[in-house]
Amino acid sequence: MTSTPRARSQTTVPLWRDVRFLEIAAQVVVVVVIGLVVWFMVSNMISAMNQRNLGFGFSFLGRQAGFEISESPIAYSSRDTYGTAFLVGLLNTLFVSFLGIILATLLGLIVGVARLSPNWLVARIAAGYVEIIRNTPLLVQLVLIYFAVLLQLPSVSDSITIGEGFFLNQRGVYVPGPQVSGGFGIFIASIVIGIIGLIVANVVAGRREDAGKPSYRMRTIATAALFVLPVLGWFAAGGQPLTFDLPVKERFNFAGGLRLSPEFSALLFGLVLYTAAFIGEVVRGGIQAVRRGQLEAARALGFTEGQTLRLVIFPQALRIIVPPLTSQYLNLAKNSSLAIAVGYPDLFKVGQTMANQTGQPVPVLIMIMGTYLAISLFTSLLMNIYNRRVQVLER
Amino acid sequence: MPRFGLSIIGLVILALAVTACGDTPPPSSTAPGSSADATDAPDPTSGESAAPTDAPSGEGRLATVQDRGQLICGVNGSLPGFSFIDENGDTVGFDADFCRAVAAAVLGDSEAVEFRALSADQRGPALQTGEVDVLIRNTTWTVSRDTSWGIFAPTTFYDGQAIMVNTTQTDATSLAELDGATVCVQSGTTTELNLADAFRLANIELGEPAVFPEIDPTYQAYEENRCDAVTSDRSQLVARRTGFENPDDHIILDDVLSKEPLGPVVPIGDDQWFNVVKWVVFATIEAEEQGIDSTNVEETASSSENPIVQRFLGVTPEGSDPFESGLGLDADWVVDVIGQVGNYAEIYDRNLGPGTPFDLERGLNSLWSDGGLLYAPPYR
Repeated sequence: MTSTPRARSQTTVPLWRDVRFLEIAAQVVVVVVIGLVVWFMVSNMISAMNQRNLGFGFSFLGRQAGFEISESPIAYSSRDTYGTAFLVGLLNTLFVSFLGIILATLLGLIVGVARLSPNWLVARIAAGYVEIIRNTPLLVQLVLIYFAVLLQLPSVSDSITIGEGFFLNQRGVYVPGPQVSGGFGIFIASIVIGIIGLIVANVVAGRREDAGKPSYRMRTIATAALFVLPVLGWFAAGGQPLTFDLPVKERFNFAGGLRLSPEFSALLFGLVLYTAAFIGEVVRGGIQAVRRGQLEAARALGFTEGQTLRLVIFPQALRIIVPPLTSQYLNLAKNSSLAIAVGYPDLFKVGQTMANQTGQPVPVLIMIMGTYLAISLFTSLLMNIYNRRVQVLER
Repeated sequence: MPRFGLSIIGLVILALAVTACGDTPPPSSTAPGSSADATDAPDPTSGESAAPTDAPSGEGRLATVQDRGQLICGVNGSLPGFSFIDENGDTVGFDADFCRAVAAAVLGDSEAVEFRALSADQRGPALQTGEVDVLIRNTTWTVSRDTSWGIFAPTTFYDGQAIMVNTTQTDATSLAELDGATVCVQSGTTTELNLADAFRLANIELGEPAVFPEIDPTYQAYEENRCDAVTSDRSQLVARRTGFENPDDHIILDDVLSKEPLGPVVPIGDDQWFNVVKWVVFATIEAEEQGIDSTNVEETASSSENPIVQRFLGVTPEGSDPFESGLGLDADWVVDVIGQVGNYAEIYDRNLGPGTPFDLERGLNSLWSDGGLLYAPPYR
């Protein structure tokens, strides 16, 4: 009597009304539809390419590129291969994205805090910055920075000179380039040892003080060592471990030294200014999401404004900030493909030229997309690891 | 199941987007004739006839264009003298007139042209996908482009790569004096490739190439002195110089860096269409050689007794067999081309000749009989 009704109900529910079956069936249908659509698109592309006699392959990567690239972190000339050219583009993208993320984070932090400042002027300036930058297209800002600001700087012959070896003109910023000599390693090692010593001394002294033992002025001694060691290292390296190569004006351009091109500067400024406005809002939101009681408690304990922010508010705000911050970082890396507007040879621009000169747009576009995907996934992986660390450990 | 429905909608949108910008017309997916590329594929096995066929010769691009009633012509759009939008909003210039000549031959109306402005980077894919019927965009004929982009019709303008410098900024008067110079160049061009070769051959160092994907930023950057020099086809330098604030400050060096034969290109795989474009170009040259221009073409057609001219203009003398060119065009298509657009000399003079700001000498672009390279095969 107790088991028969259940048994009967199990047998009598028809298949098309069985929830478990329907759930599985729906998923199967979705997978099949997705598979069909993908198959259709791929076969459509392949048949279209065949009709137009477009071979599909990556053999062109080994051929000589033939075009020059204006700036490259590695040695490149037009006699190198398309593969090398692609790598140059990738490195340029990584370089500008990496610097951009660091600078945008710093600026965004400042803007976010400034928006909450009790100082009326500071808060208004920050708000104005965010509203203007956030509500205009990045492409427009890039073109403006490049053509209306950087290219309007003085020409090479009337360069602005800032001290010896520092020049500013419309072809870029020139600074003395460091030249490393043989003993440079010893000199650097002496500095590193000094810094490590100071950190160790700080930790040990802190522990001893906490335990009520004397710290023997460890911090003072370590700080003094930090200054003395490099001097010793300098002489140990035989003097002059580091010389500077000054930029010198030649017939057309400055030669020697280090240079930031206007294309790179425009892209970096543009990306940093734009992304910092968004990061500023993320930071502000994160700070405001920390309960007011925390702030009041910190004040009641006699914390200064700086301590409150650093020790109480920020660690809690970080949990809210990190996930949206990740998507801002991804945006920055992807927006760097707007480099094409100002002529910076990033991944997309070099790829475009490759696609054009080889007549193989599809393989090149696949390579470009795959590379951006890899960059983005790697960035999110790092940010997810970091996110896990700042989250509250629920016990 | 809302999620299921959403994903279906998403997939449908995706599929539509793909087919809309796309390639082969799948059965019953988008409206026929909505995309220009619907019938460019001369693949007999595809078995579909998207467009209603009341066209003279069935399928192929000639029929497609005639059904559409409009020629889609890829042009530069930012190059005065070749293709440029004038104050009335019309696309004018040497290249634009050859688009009109093709339209006059195929459709009998030189104004039935839709101009598509394409950047240097866009033109290859535009041909490969068949988005344009013909590309007349100061495009240099090279072997790799001939095999991967499309087939080149006869050269309409023989040019060479040159270098322009600003005399207020430099006193260089030859390539050899440009050691270490920064040079502006447009990407996706043959000039971009020639630049490195030319500097290497001259045994001098290229300071830095400043490469821009669009034509306007390239010259804007040069004018702002971002570069010491700018390089491109000589005709392009002359044309763009007229738009500068102080054109007289800029000189074009005498060095010729390369051969740049510029001409129309059609998508690969349609011989009939290729022949049409090829013989339209030849017709303008032949007309100049025969002394036929837009003012006298009608009269010549009705009065000339010269059998060469009669065949050329599609005039059939009483009692003789009509001359069939085999192009699939009306017999008197040349009359339309010359009457509506003009012969080569008229097109040249109107856009680039002495009356224009460019005042380019004919040079290599003279008839073979005047020491130039223009030579049309016989019409028979």
